[in-house]
Amino acid sequence: MKQSNFKTDILIVGAGPAGMAAVCAATQSGAKCLVVDDNPNIGGQIWRKENAKPDTKQAKEWFEKIRKAKFDLLEGTRIVSSLNEKVSLAETLEGFCEIEFSKLILATGAHERFLPFDGWTLPNVMGAGGLQALVKNGLPIEGKRVAVAGTGALLLAVAVYLKKHGAKVLLIAEQTTKRKLFKFGLNLFKQPKKISQAFALKKDLLNIAFKTNCYPISANGRDKLSSVTFQQGKRKFSIECDYLACGFHLLPNTELAVLLGCKLKNGSVAVDEWQKTSVQDIFCAGEATGVGGVDLSLIEGQIAGYVVTGEQTKAQGLFGERAKQKRFAELLNSTFELRQELKGLARTDTIVCRCEDVTFGRLSHFDSWREAKLQTRCGMGACQGRICGGAVDFLFGWTNESVRPPIMPVKIEGLLRDDG
Amino acid sequence: MGEKIYDVAIVGAGIVGAACAFEFAREGFSVAVIEERAIGGGATAECMGHIVVMDDSEAQFALTHYSQKLWREIADELPKDNELDQCGTLWIAADDEEMQEVFRKEKFYKERGVEVQVLDSKAVSSAEPNLRDDIVGGLRVLNDSVVYPPCSARYFIEKSNATIFQNRAVEITDEGIKLNNGKKVKSKFVVNAGGCWSPEITKDLNVQRRKGHLVITDRYPNFAHHQIIELGYLKSTHSFEKDSVAFNIQPRKTGQMLVGSSRQYGDTDKKVDNNILKRMLERAILYMPSLKSLNAIRVWTGFRPATPDKLPVIGKHPSHENLYLAVGHEGLGITTSLGTARLLVDQILNRKSEIPIEPYLPR
Amino acid sequence: MNESVTLTVNDKQVSVEKGTVVAVAVINAGFDSFRKSVTGEARAPICGMGICFECRVKIDGVSHSRSCQIFCREGMTIETE
Repeated sequence: MKQSNFKTDILIVGAGPAGMAAVCAATQSGAKCLVVDDNPNIGGQIWRKENAKPDTKQAKEWFEKIRKAKFDLLEGTRIVSSLNEKVSLAETLEGFCEIEFSKLILATGAHERFLPFDGWTLPNVMGAGGLQALVKNGLPIEGKRVAVAGTGALLLAVAVYLKKHGAKVLLIAEQTTKRKLFKFGLNLFKQPKKISQAFALKKDLLNIAFKTNCYPISANGRDKLSSVTFQQGKRKFSIECDYLACGFHLLPNTELAVLLGCKLKNGSVAVDEWQKTSVQDIFCAGEATGVGGVDLSLIEGQIAGYVVTGEQTKAQGLFGERAKQKRFAELLNSTFELRQELKGLARTDTIVCRCEDVTFGRLSHFDSWREAKLQTRCGMGACQGRICGGAVDFLFGWTNESVRPPIMPVKIEGLLRDDG
Repeated sequence: MGEKIYDVAIVGAGIVGAACAFEFAREGFSVAVIEERAIGGGATAECMGHIVVMDDSEAQFALTHYSQKLWREIADELPKDNELDQCGTLWIAADDEEMQEVFRKEKFYKERGVEVQVLDSKAVSSAEPNLRDDIVGGLRVLNDSVVYPPCSARYFIEKSNATIFQNRAVEITDEGIKLNNGKKVKSKFVVNAGGCWSPEITKDLNVQRRKGHLVITDRYPNFAHHQIIELGYLKSTHSFEKDSVAFNIQPRKTGQMLVGSSRQYGDTDKKVDNNILKRMLERAILYMPSLKSLNAIRVWTGFRPATPDKLPVIGKHPSHENLYLAVGHEGLGITTSLGTARLLVDQILNRKSEIPIEPYLPR
Repeated sequence: MNESVTLTVNDKQVSVEKGTVVAVAVINAGFDSFRKSVTGEARAPICGMGICFECRVKIDGVSHSRSCQIFCREGMTIETE
């Protein structure tokens, strides 16, 4: 397998909005930057495949900026371990590479939380962002019946996107209450830009049934999804559909940060006002520091990019906007808090850990994730707890105490490295 | 109002402590188990789960052989999650000198009633196609098995109906055990099965931590069929050298491959030592080249509780009437757990054991 | 006019637009199930971003390849479980 080595000033992990903003800012002072991303193209999740065809003005603006910036890019590349303080090991599509850096910006983004319910492992039950990602990567959705469920602003964005691409979006089932959403709507008036975004969305959302207080209780079908049963208040109803796009919040991707010794706060990477983590020369920006949407990610990315290249004044210039965006993010989080009824969706025989097929019933016997892992191997499969982690946190209050390398499954060949 | 006095209080719910709870309960003893962390933790959680006969010495053979028989006796009652699988061990010889060792082992085992088969190069290739094809030959030990130890430990504890105290034992007294929360657990006898932690409460114990590394892969069903070990493994377990590696691979029932092994003295840091890991994997790849492209999901370290003479310490402590030791099992804790427990039960009941107990008695 | 790429999924030939990921080719070829779980359930991708590992298939003989993160190439052979 091919082996290469890179030496760079600034290593940026993640080429979503935060990473893109960081590299655009950092390269302004001529710093040598290397951006790596596991996905085959830049753009992260929200701007997946939008390099050629941006969906929003904002995306267009940033893809243009990044085209003009001078930096090295490794796509299809994921950091798997840390060889020493300044050298990381990455697995690429062709082999491996060791990356030496002076400063590191983590822009590792977030992933969806999946909550288990009856039938959720059927093919064609996907995350909300998950289905959107596949459609962006070529999945034909025209004429397909889709139900969107879960919680958060993401559902609206996904529903609109799918509709634009010809899907029959039958329903958006939002688990939060009408009252909370109303309160959110009132608070939107404090953020004019968000209002125009919301109204733009609203136009696109006409003719899609939108129900609050509503969540899926079972996905039905034999070899694949054929219908979904929902609960709304005391009422149950079923909808026949081809896909269920269902996600309950975004959760920060913190594995690499924890591997490198960064402290977490409330499940996100803890940073100071300079986007600096608890580890010297390691910075973090975007959803990984706390989910807050694309606008916040862009600002944090720029701040980090300026700080690592000594442009403190430019960074400070963005502090005000960041504070505003953070307030909006807090508002979002409180509006879409998960309701307790969702804890009851998993039945005794509902699979919680998909990698090892561990059911809710089995997990309920244990008091800690450590014990559960040991006895059932929940969280010890290929996904390394990324999918079941969000669920067991919500269902049992269990969190991952530590992270061990490799943080992504890696060919054994990749472990044949000594500490420099 | 009297506090309950247990017949036996066992420190440690690793495989050895759990097996003790199981065997004592079978004899009608009331059992208390002191375990601060998870049941089946410690080396039990970190190890390979190989139930194997070893012939390093007569004493080692006697204990592993006897204990393996006890595992076989309960094989049918073990729950599915124990994943007991009699896949057998294949000891492989990379050169003529090691092949001589194969014949020596064959003779030794056959004389003692252990079912073995000598395989030539072709037979080894046919039995394990992913081994490099210039292996000179091997010895297949048919009755060796693999198991998932944390679940066995839990099963043993559950069957014993033991009262579990989720505390740390801080002192062993004439009356029983003092816990870290100040409470006392009263018992007629105490068993120290604390593994690597055993010297914390029995200060004169010479039990050292011998660090090991393991890698587990994603599922590759039929990549290997036996637990495959190079004969050089024995040199590794033997040596007092600081660091050594030896090829040892186990196919789990899940189709995942567990790849080892390494031994280090003097390093008590849990952190993975990338240099040793590299050596260990290079050695494994030497024997099974296609291992290189299997996906590794996890890498971890563990500590084997080791004694100077390579044998566990099983028996009454020379200076304490009520204290029995079950420590120092190094890399054979899973195998010898049940045998250890039986030997202790025999001693307390003043019963003759099926095998001589002298080699393991505390001195 | 978009370039197309031809590959086989379980010996069935399928053509996709350049820039399509393998996972989509599998679905387009008519296969709903990508792999079997440890208890034999049919599984398909859920996350679309390479972290759920449910999209794993064999690509050109290499097992456990995450098909949602790999673009189709001309002549690829894909096998589901």
